[in-house]
Amino acid sequence: MPRTVLEHQLAEIQQDMLVLASMVESAIERGIQALRNRDGELARQIIADDLKINRKRYETEEKCLELMATQQPLASDLRTIVAVLYIIVDLERMGDHAEGIAKIALILADEPPLKPYIDIPRMAQVAIGMLMGSLEAFKTRDADRARSICDEDDEVDALYDQVYRELLTFMLQDPRTIHRATHLTWVAHNLERIADRATNICERVVYLVEGKVEELNDSKY
Amino acid sequence: MTVASRQRLDAGIMAYEMRIEHEPQAPVSEAEALAGGMVVRDLNAWYGSFQALREVGVLAAPKRITAIIGPSGCGKSTLIRCFNRMHEVAPSARVSGQVLLRGEDVYAPGTDPVLVRRRVGMVFQKPNPFPTMSIFDNVAAGLRLNGFLVRRSDLVDAVERSLRQAALWDEVNDKPNRPATELSGGQQQRLCIARALAVEPEVLLMDEPCSALDPVATLKIEDLMRELAREYTIVIVTHNMQQAARVSDYTAVMMMAEDRAGEMIEFGPTREVFTYPKDKRTEDYITGRFG
Amino acid sequence: MSIATYQRRRATNALMLGLCAVFAFLAVGVLVLILGFVLAKGISSLNIDLFTRMPVPEGEPGGGVANSMVGSLIIIGLAAVIGIPVGIGAGIFLSEYAGDRLGGVIRFTADVLTGVPSIVIGIFVYGLVVLRMGNFSALAAGIALAIIMLPIVARSSEEMLRLVPHSQREAALALGISRWRTIISVVVPAAQRGLLTGGLLAIARAAGETAPLLFTTLGNRFLSLSVTGGPVDALPLRIYRYATGPYSEQHQQAWAASLVLVLAVFVISLTARLLLRRR
Repeated sequence: MPRTVLEHQLAEIQQDMLVLASMVESAIERGIQALRNRDGELARQIIADDLKINRKRYETEEKCLELMATQQPLASDLRTIVAVLYIIVDLERMGDHAEGIAKIALILADEPPLKPYIDIPRMAQVAIGMLMGSLEAFKTRDADRARSICDEDDEVDALYDQVYRELLTFMLQDPRTIHRATHLTWVAHNLERIADRATNICERVVYLVEGKVEELNDSKY
Repeated sequence: MTVASRQRLDAGIMAYEMRIEHEPQAPVSEAEALAGGMVVRDLNAWYGSFQALREVGVLAAPKRITAIIGPSGCGKSTLIRCFNRMHEVAPSARVSGQVLLRGEDVYAPGTDPVLVRRRVGMVFQKPNPFPTMSIFDNVAAGLRLNGFLVRRSDLVDAVERSLRQAALWDEVNDKPNRPATELSGGQQQRLCIARALAVEPEVLLMDEPCSALDPVATLKIEDLMRELAREYTIVIVTHNMQQAARVSDYTAVMMMAEDRAGEMIEFGPTREVFTYPKDKRTEDYITGRFG
Repeated sequence: MSIATYQRRRATNALMLGLCAVFAFLAVGVLVLILGFVLAKGISSLNIDLFTRMPVPEGEPGGGVANSMVGSLIIIGLAAVIGIPVGIGAGIFLSEYAGDRLGGVIRFTADVLTGVPSIVIGIFVYGLVVLRMGNFSALAAGIALAIIMLPIVARSSEEMLRLVPHSQREAALALGISRWRTIISVVVPAAQRGLLTGGLLAIARAAGETAPLLFTTLGNRFLSLSVTGGPVDALPLRIYRYATGPYSEQHQQAWAASLVLVLAVFVISLTARLLLRRR
């Protein structure tokens, strides 16, 4: 089979991308956990781990550049590499958002919970589902799956609306809750951003499979 | 920001927006190619009993560069030689089908191949200047030897024009009576281009023009091609895919069938062929997964 | 493999090499002998008179072979003018136009013609030209020598033209230059050195032929510059006359003339070879 070096390197960058995705998934999950359990130690861990996410992204980017310079990829090989380059940017930003959640968990760790967390973990669940789903669609080169994942963003947006209104009500009723409520709103905001980035990844999958870039699911926010 | 740079920025934004409106660029229509370039329809070519081309069709858009790529032996050179009726110079060579130059079939009965070759020029893989002639005589050869009487002054003008078009004037005009063989490989190839341009063809065919040259000379010729494409229709055969991608506006992909006859499997704007080819065989060939 | 076998093989190699060297020397040596012999015998009689004076009556001392030299030049000049263009033309036809079958036939014919004994050619021209004209002449001799030169020039021209790379012809054709123009203005000039060489070698060959001259120009004691009017003398004929006569004076002159002839042929051949080599 000709071009074994190219094949090998292409497989490697895609593998790296999947590893990066699972690092981000873990950061989001643990972030919500730290928030729920008011676990400052865990939060600090997540914040430190963000450095690893950044480094992984840059390593993968370097490999992509080297691949382009040395192998002159064309057609589907070229689209694959370009897709990977963009997706790792989205993943790294998602990591930043997860780090943001962990920072807020750290701040709220010493305070009593405002209310039982229901919608926020639900948002996280859907967002993580979208993230992992989009990478599954990448692995299987399934453009239709990618399109349907984008529709789930509507659910995240709806949940965000709900969380926002609920927290607003809290703040209006009792000014002492403003500190906690605003920070929780930020958490929800970060999760909404994560879901939105997942739709970006889906757009890239469609580009990879069908060769054109199209805007999927215009987010409300 | 100064007024001038503000204006430049605005103009640039406006141009960009206009381009977006007119995209995507439509592929060349057959009508366009018929009117100003070349159209090949149902072309078959044989060497004796061996069929080298089968039912080949392709367009060469006017004032654009069309590249013909494909693995060795797939008939690219045979195809390009049918454009200017050089194919029949080989013993027992035969052709059927149409090759239209601005709508007229060059293979129509009664057509003089010599006249066709004046309108469709050719540059070969290995530079082949006439060794017994000087630089000037080489460029003038097409004009002198085609039977028309040319005044000396017209000849001198034509030679200068051609050498300028081939980006060789500055390097040789101090001593144009030097033997052509004193030039370097890249210069000799540009000389051959000047020689071909001197007879003022409408189409310029280039059969792997850079394969015998070093990378620097190659890039110079590629720049030259883009310049020439402003005035001429250019068709280039190349086995170097990166070159085809760099230089051409349209790409035609050929493959060898099982019986070793050449077939055209894909044709389209270069941008599309190299980022999202339609035929799997093209994809395999371009990405190097081919056999 | 034992040492003995190896040594035996080396000895056999050396023996074979030695034998081949000896044969090579023999081959070269013959030429050297001839040249040396003629040189030795003829050098003493080589003087300016040889080139400027006419033959004197038998028995008298002095004189030269000027008329023979002039005659030879005229005859060879005629032969070249007739034979070389026709030969080159044939070469062009064979190289550029003829198909395999026709080309094969022509080549075969030319090769056969090369093998025809020169005396037969002489007799042929005697019947065809001398009898018709009613007299011997330089023209008849020229025609005979041209016939001898023809296949040599044709074959060598064909070879030289074939050596011109096909890319040259393609370049010219692609410019829209017609076939015949391509041949005349591109192919032939590219091969000109080779063609000239072929011509010179053919001249060298024909210059020494004697038999055809016997039947076509007979010989003449006096200087004649006429092309068709009557017999003209030639160097090989004079050598023959003198060498077979009884007079030692004439023998000496014959040796000297032979030397001149051999040297002339030698010089022409050398020139031809050098021409080919020089780039």
